[in-house]
Amino acid sequence: MQSIAAINVVAFKTIVTKEIRRFMRIWVQTIVPPAVSALLYMMIFGTLIGSRVGEMDGHRYIDFIVPGIIMMAVITNSYSNSVSSFFGAKFQHHLEELLIAPVHNVVILAGFVAGGVCRGLIVGALVAAVSLFFTRLSVENPLTTVLVVVLTSTLFSIAGVINSVFAKGFDDISIIPNFVLTPLTYLGGIFYSVKLLPDFWQGLSYINPVLYMINGFRFGILGSSDISIGWSFVVILSFIVILASVALYLLNKGVGIKS
Amino acid sequence: MKALEISGLKKTYDNGHVALNGVDLTVDKGDFFALLGPNGAGKSTTIGIISSLVNASEGAVKIHGHDLTTERNQCKLLIGLVPQEFNFNVFESPVNILVTQAGYYGIPGSVAEERAERYLKLLELWDKKDRPAREMSGGMKRRLMIARALVHQPAVLILDEPTAGVDIEIRRSMWTFLEDINKEGTTIILTTHYLEEAETLCRNVAIIDDGKIIEQGEVAELLSRSQYQSFVFDLKAPVDKAPALDGFKVTRCEGNRLDVEMPLGDSLNTLFELLGRQGIEVVSMRNKTNRLEEFFLRLVGDDENDSEEEAN
Ligand SMILES: Nc1ncnc2c1ncn2[C@@H]1O[C@H](COP(=O)(O)OP(=O)(O)OP(=O)(O)O)[C@@H](O)[C@H]1O
Ligand SMILES: [Mg+2]
Repeated sequence: MQSIAAINVVAFKTIVTKEIRRFMRIWVQTIVPPAVSALLYMMIFGTLIGSRVGEMDGHRYIDFIVPGIIMMAVITNSYSNSVSSFFGAKFQHHLEELLIAPVHNVVILAGFVAGGVCRGLIVGALVAAVSLFFTRLSVENPLTTVLVVVLTSTLFSIAGVINSVFAKGFDDISIIPNFVLTPLTYLGGIFYSVKLLPDFWQGLSYINPVLYMINGFRFGILGSSDISIGWSFVVILSFIVILASVALYLLNKGVGIKS
Repeated sequence: MKALEISGLKKTYDNGHVALNGVDLTVDKGDFFALLGPNGAGKSTTIGIISSLVNASEGAVKIHGHDLTTERNQCKLLIGLVPQEFNFNVFESPVNILVTQAGYYGIPGSVAEERAERYLKLLELWDKKDRPAREMSGGMKRRLMIARALVHQPAVLILDEPTAGVDIEIRRSMWTFLEDINKEGTTIILTTHYLEEAETLCRNVAIIDDGKIIEQGEVAELLSRSQYQSFVFDLKAPVDKAPALDGFKVTRCEGNRLDVEMPLGDSLNTLFELLGRQGIEVVSMRNKTNRLEEFFLRLVGDDENDSEEEAN
């Protein structure tokens, strides 16, 4: 008979396949809108306003904001993929298909997270492709760029799962994205260098984790940023460890999914 | 070794409701078993605990000798579940639903696809295989859940009201199907509110009421203990009140309809003779309920009895 470990390997692939099929089936809702809004950001802020802004941190303004715009798309899409998929599974009760099977909670979490990462990466790549209409997008440190984007996407996918574990209705899955995620992303230095801010606001910005991700990514692409790349990795990895532990604790306890 | 052994199972939900209050139950391997009981008795809760969807508050469950808390994965592999409520992704196609479920049990793509084909064909859903499941009728959805429960070929198949809302023709073909897989060795445990179904299909039954098993045994043996039978008589001419007949309990339902309850084994000839003497002519008669239903209703009390009469 197959070992439980072997079963879980197949189960993991199955969850990921199902997750990708889910967001590809509704690609008009999941893949296209972020590309459209990124296009608008680049047109309006990059080209129209950017030409008046001049340089930011030694780069053309459009070059400066492109990494942030890509990252914003990655963050929101990773998050909303796992939040809507996991909540949908809970709401429609087909999460039970997983709960009755010999699938480990680590695999359930990893499967949903991998789905979120896939969507985050696909959308990120699409936004990067759109940016080529506006800039050359040469990547200074390819390995750093890829690592930062994959880890950030992982982090927000896990956060999405946690949100949906607690969510009781559809309102609950839009509160965090609208009132926490969006402000943190906009204030995370997409459109400006935090060095421009007065001391107090600069200090405050350093407790925003999103700042470390956007700057890590910007370092990967432009080769310079407000924050040292080492700190970026420390912050991202710490958050991943903390959130993954919380998510597993909740799944093991059956919070919101078992009575 | 038993297929299922439950002892001292208790469940108190978070809102303080006690759904199970010490359930003891055993089901033999290869059995065709019915768990009967009125609405809210605790059937789905029991099934939820067996299938790892509900946490027990107290008590032990063993599947094929494996303890559910310490050997949960072995237990999960042995069980196939058809839940009471639809719980598949309605935007997915039946094929994907089955292949995905198979994957959760470690069955890789190619084998999973063969299984999906096999069970969708057996349950006559093959022509719907690529359409979103939400386009299917209620009866088709029930069959889809049966097919899904079988993809990993479980030793114990648990069905929570599998035939609710299924038309009579399909219900009968589902019965034949379940009898076939039972003959091939699968233990079947089902709940149903159609007592005729339990009487036709099952060898053993347990009756649960208010979170406790109040009766358990072979269907044949329980029926032999049932001491009464009742009939509905249609009369040629209406009567004003129920006639008094010695040894029979007669109630008037409508002017030209009587309800007669009599001890099992008593002669119907006597009854007709008594009726004839009072000038009452019977034009047709039928069993009021089937015999298991009769037994069940006596056991779980009068409330259900009333609602059953209305349904008749
Ligand atoms: N999640 C829950 N939280 C609180 N109470 C619950 C929950 N699920 C069920 N109950 C209660 O537990 C009792 C048993 O419910 P259960 O679903 O097991 O009954 P059942 O025998 O399956 O009934 P039915 O024939 O209607 O399906 C009922 O009183 C029900 O209201
Ligand atoms: Mg029920």
